[in-house]
Amino acid sequence: MNRAEAEILRYSFGERVNHWIAGLSYIYCLLTGLAFWNPYLFWLAALVGGGPVARFWHPILGVVFVASMAVMWRMWASDMRTSEADRAWLAHMGDYVRNRDEQLPPSDRFNAGQKMFFWLMLLCAALLLLSGIGLWLVDSIPWSLRWLRYTAIWVHVLAGLASIGLFIIHVYMGTAMVRGSFRAMVRGYVSRTWARVHHPLWYERLAR
Amino acid sequence: MSQATLRIQRISGHAGPVPGEGTQRELQVCKLIDTTTCIGCKACEVACIEWNDLPYAETSFDNTIQTLPETQWNYWNLIKFNEYDHPEHGFMWLMRKDQCMHCAEPGCLEACPSDGAIVQYANGIVDFQQEHCIGCGYCIIGCPFNIPKFNPTTKKVYKCTLCADRVASGLEPACIKACPTGCLHFGTKEDMLHLAEQRVKQLREHYGFTRAGIYDPPGVGGTGVVYILHDATRPEAYGGLPADPHVPWTVRLWKGPLKWLGNLAIAGGLVGVVLHYLRVGPKETHEQGRGESGRPS
Repeated sequence: MNRAEAEILRYSFGERVNHWIAGLSYIYCLLTGLAFWNPYLFWLAALVGGGPVARFWHPILGVVFVASMAVMWRMWASDMRTSEADRAWLAHMGDYVRNRDEQLPPSDRFNAGQKMFFWLMLLCAALLLLSGIGLWLVDSIPWSLRWLRYTAIWVHVLAGLASIGLFIIHVYMGTAMVRGSFRAMVRGYVSRTWARVHHPLWYERLAR
Repeated sequence: MSQATLRIQRISGHAGPVPGEGTQRELQVCKLIDTTTCIGCKACEVACIEWNDLPYAETSFDNTIQTLPETQWNYWNLIKFNEYDHPEHGFMWLMRKDQCMHCAEPGCLEACPSDGAIVQYANGIVDFQQEHCIGCGYCIIGCPFNIPKFNPTTKKVYKCTLCADRVASGLEPACIKACPTGCLHFGTKEDMLHLAEQRVKQLREHYGFTRAGIYDPPGVGGTGVVYILHDATRPEAYGGLPADPHVPWTVRLWKGPLKWLGNLAIAGGLVGVVLHYLRVGPKETHEQGRGESGRPS
């Protein structure tokens, strides 16, 4: 069998490039954000050129991250649309976590957990952007509207923490847990078995 | 006085008492501003710009004698002007010299994430160290007095230093030096409060200002800048002096419990995925003829 028959293209070149723009810009914002978050982690800023440099690039790469999330939204909106089947899948989430995948309702291109991750991350990105603009231009917020400054810092921190939680789960699942998915996001291809096991409805659609 | 830490306390192998020991009875310095004798001449504004060598700030006219709406990164000392109908004395022009209050519990310092960008000296002066400032603006969020101001060119934040450089050499701040009416005083906190009490007594007993009082807000642990007000019941009338300033509770919670809850949550997430891997392990798909390790399907 040649490669085209043995393997299936899961993520196009454009999807992969966009994913890694999002991933790398998020990691930059994560490291510098943690530096601003906690004095015990301020040394992280030194890794990227020091505090002022980190402060300069953090918002700019934050915008890059949100922009790539917006592109991702455009690319995947239809694949990420939730359905009744997702409700059934979510009810079986415990089986997924315990690797009893045979008890799961079949998934399409993305399973309900991936959809949930995507929409929550998109929400975090939107909140981080809105609050981040407030913090970026904090000196432009007039004193009479200072409640906006206080709101911005809380929204940014809470959305950032939520995104870190999502990020930890995402990285763990994408690298260590679901074997083959990291390769799919780097090289684009998955095996037929992988597609059939993890995303049977998607596999059937493609095979048809 | 900011070099007070170099003052010798004990000397080895020394016969007799330590020279200079105990000559300084209090370290904390204080600026006392008597708004009742301020004539709004702005000599302090000029002296501040002169001494600190601040570049030109374009002034604006708002139909009052006030130079600018608020302090700026290059304008640290501003006479705030307000027309006020005093309940006992009728119509008044209120002049208040606005600048950093040098809080005992500084909100700017609490909010700042950069090691050493804001320091509080033993004499109470709160000073920004621009070489450590990263320009994030968190101090702007933390300050209850709207004082730290961002310079978009250098991307650093600036404010009144209480002339820490002059004070370290035993001089009074430049604004104090320039004041022609003697409404500005400088000394130890204890002395300034004593002077303020005398003046308030005088205002109450001799001038009929029964609402006269001292502004040394306890919400921020007291300040290194203390005001005498004709009407201490209405500090807001003095160009928006907050009646009961505190470090914003949002900042307190963010830098306190939220930080540790967040750290715990992040650590918990990391521990959680490691435990999951040890307990449940990866999802592997058995590949036919590829020799990839995995559970038999």
